[in-house]
Amino acid sequence: MVAKRLKPLLVAAFSLGILIFSNISLAQGDHGHGAASGHKEEEKLNPSEIILDHVADGHEFHFGKITIPLPIILYSPERGFTAFMSSAFHHGTEAHNGYRLVTREYIEEHKLNEGQEKPLFEANKIYAVDASGKPDASISVLDLSMTRNVVQMLISVILLIVIMTRIAKKYESGVGVKTAPTGFQSAVEPIITFVRDEVAKPNLGHSYGKYMPLLLTIFFFILINNLIGLIPGAANVTGNIAFTAVLALVAFIVIMFSSNKHYWAHIFWPPVPLGVKFIMIPVEIMGIFTKPFALMIRLFANMISGHIIILSFICLIFIFGAMNTYLGYGTSPFFLALTVFIYLLECLVAFIQAYIFANLTAIFIGQAFEGGHEHEDVPGHEDPVVI
Amino acid sequence: MLNPSIGLILWNLIAFLVLLFILGKFAWKPILKSLKTRENNIAESLASAEKVRAEMAQLKSENEALLAKAREERAQMLKEARDTKEKIINEAKEQAKLEANKIISDAQAAIQQQKMAALTDVKNQVGNLVIEVAEKVLRRELGNKAQQENYIKELADEIKLN
Repeated sequence: MVAKRLKPLLVAAFSLGILIFSNISLAQGDHGHGAASGHKEEEKLNPSEIILDHVADGHEFHFGKITIPLPIILYSPERGFTAFMSSAFHHGTEAHNGYRLVTREYIEEHKLNEGQEKPLFEANKIYAVDASGKPDASISVLDLSMTRNVVQMLISVILLIVIMTRIAKKYESGVGVKTAPTGFQSAVEPIITFVRDEVAKPNLGHSYGKYMPLLLTIFFFILINNLIGLIPGAANVTGNIAFTAVLALVAFIVIMFSSNKHYWAHIFWPPVPLGVKFIMIPVEIMGIFTKPFALMIRLFANMISGHIIILSFICLIFIFGAMNTYLGYGTSPFFLALTVFIYLLECLVAFIQAYIFANLTAIFIGQAFEGGHEHEDVPGHEDPVVI
Repeated sequence: MLNPSIGLILWNLIAFLVLLFILGKFAWKPILKSLKTRENNIAESLASAEKVRAEMAQLKSENEALLAKAREERAQMLKEARDTKEKIINEAKEQAKLEANKIISDAQAAIQQQKMAALTDVKNQVGNLVIEVAEKVLRRELGNKAQQENYIKELADEIKLN
């Protein structure tokens, strides 16, 4: 009983602790940046840069002052494959092996994008350098590095595989089949049955079994990355459009492979009056692509916005602090409270977005193979609610 | 932010496909199978429990029917016993009455017989006496007339005494 009562308190204390820790690390990171660039100009707080740096992908992990270098793998048609650790770049201050990590400071310092109609160089990207040591955007470089998003995603993959195969072994040994499920099994089982009974069965009908592995994988992959992404200092994997694009692509391919002639008949010969048909056909064709596109944007925007809001609240403390130290201290409890609130909200959103993605995927797949006859008697075919 | 890097997409795609394959083969399949088995087991258990319950109910009703029948039989037997008892008693009474009547009639017959015998005896004695008296009278007739009459008177008195 005591342990049960203590648990929420401990969780709250821990959450607050890591929030404060992230706060400190942010402050220190800020100082670090300032030290790197602050030689020639006076230190200035740039919240949008800080926030975008935190939510974007990167070639190293930052935990306060500790930096964990990650492997860089590059391919260039001219130079072939190259691999080394990101520490060789020394945070973008040095070129290595003919490549350079072009930072924002470097672009500003060397005025790389000046006089160009379109910015030639993007910050925090790796470019090949020519013989004189200057970055050359004309040499194409394919960056296959194990960035922090990749590393974290691979960790989540390994975690999922370990957790799920262990649970599967437990089931195979009879626990949870003849007896009640035990341990972590009982935490995962309701989610699996939820996905089966609330997501797959209502939308996919009798053939739900075929899609269960896909839906479960999508759900848990998004969920675990959402949750890991909430740990301060961790990468924001689900808030990166590459991640959501891959999932949307998979969903699109599965939808296409599940489609039957009713689906295509509905698109190319919609059950509307002839005149409207010519308006509806392009709309329906667009609809094929907007569905996965909406999946991609929804997850990406939801996850990145949560992180941005949390970081913005923390940055506000420093903005006020820059105006007046006491103002900064005075407003910090308020902003911390808001941060905790959004943080808890994000914990909820982590589950909701995983559910929405899996559910909408199931709905779209279901629409692709359901018979056309249900639609003919329903005037104005209704699309599912898209949040 | 909105232009994803090709490398990241490739890694994500590979990771997802590997995850889908491994989990699909080694996790979801056994888990879903086990869940299905368990649900079937539960459904079967419930069904069999229901069946057993129905059987129990049937058994109970059968038992009750049996009990009711037994009770009825017992009542029947008791009734029969009572009837038999009464019949025996009645028969015994009848018998007794018959016996008694017979005894009484026998007794009456015997009395009658004895009475007849006594009467006969009396008649005989009367006759004898008459004869005796007549003899005596006849013997005395030869003597005195007055004495004769006295004597007859005496004799008559003697008879009276009897």
